[in-house]
Amino acid sequence: MTKAQHFEWLLSLADDALILGQRLSEWCGHAPALEEDIALSNVALDLIGQSRAILTHAGLLEGEGRDEDRLAFFRSDREYRNLLLVELPNGHFGDTIARQFFFDQFAMIRYGHLAQQTFDLEIAAIATKALKEVRYHAAHSAEWMIRLGDGTDLSKTRIQESVDRLWPYIGECFEAHPILDAAITSGAMPDCKSIELTWKERVSAVLAEATLILPTDDWKQVGGRNGLHTEHLSYLLAEMQAVPRLHPDAKW
Amino acid sequence: MSSESSKWPLWEVFVRSRQGLSHKHVGSLHASDATMAIANARDVYTRRQEGVSIWVLPAEAISASSPADKDILFDPANDKVYRHPTFYTLPDEVKNM
Repeated sequence: MTKAQHFEWLLSLADDALILGQRLSEWCGHAPALEEDIALSNVALDLIGQSRAILTHAGLLEGEGRDEDRLAFFRSDREYRNLLLVELPNGHFGDTIARQFFFDQFAMIRYGHLAQQTFDLEIAAIATKALKEVRYHAAHSAEWMIRLGDGTDLSKTRIQESVDRLWPYIGECFEAHPILDAAITSGAMPDCKSIELTWKERVSAVLAEATLILPTDDWKQVGGRNGLHTEHLSYLLAEMQAVPRLHPDAKW
Repeated sequence: MSSESSKWPLWEVFVRSRQGLSHKHVGSLHASDATMAIANARDVYTRRQEGVSIWVLPAEAISASSPADKDILFDPANDKVYRHPTFYTLPDEVKNM
């Protein structure tokens, strides 16, 4: 893996966490209950914390003096490498929970491998710390999937709709990509198929308990890893980046 | 916030701040079941490293003394200073008293 590939790969890891963290933070003050408001905000802060550590590491590796803030606030949507799944609007609470559940299961498997690999020891250390956080996120979102799926007729109908609506964006998690292939060849990541199999096994088990149906349609929407995003990302970045771009050297 | 949370039962939360101490009441919250109550307690009451263990119990399971009985329950202890451990010095080694 070349340095440029290594850098791009780190960006994809950081951007998944940063964009989902920013998205989730929109729930602050709006969640269905005060307790859940704090829970979602905690998850958002964990994700942003993970992205900060990875972006700092990426900036040092790149060696061009870009720190976490420079990388977070001064890249355009085309330079973002996150999955489309994480930039989607929050929708209703069930939509947010379903997206979180799918992503948490993916992140848990990915961090599990990253903590074990020896290609990039800094990422291994970040992953070891992140894994504790993500295991909690995964327990939280899985509990909600079961509660909503195996809940009332209304909650079941709506959470199943959320699952079906998000499904076309799941395939991108396991999609081959030149940067990912380089990471796989270097031993930094396991092949996509093995992640996908573990993911399906775990997700199926929770959905079965939630009395929900796992979609089988395998059409997928991709592009995020190449910087080709949905229109939603630009608006999210505009809000996230407005202040640092207006006052680039401000300290606070 | 909607009024959804008011339909969930109230739980009282107890947190043990570290090993060797007892659980202490820290507050209450709403949750639909015990699992959610523990998760919520973790998120609401232990985000600044306040604890190593959490207990939750349904608020309705608590029986409380009546404020009206305050004088008969507690006032009689007022003038019985001999019950207080104030007649000997406590060694420095004894903590958490």
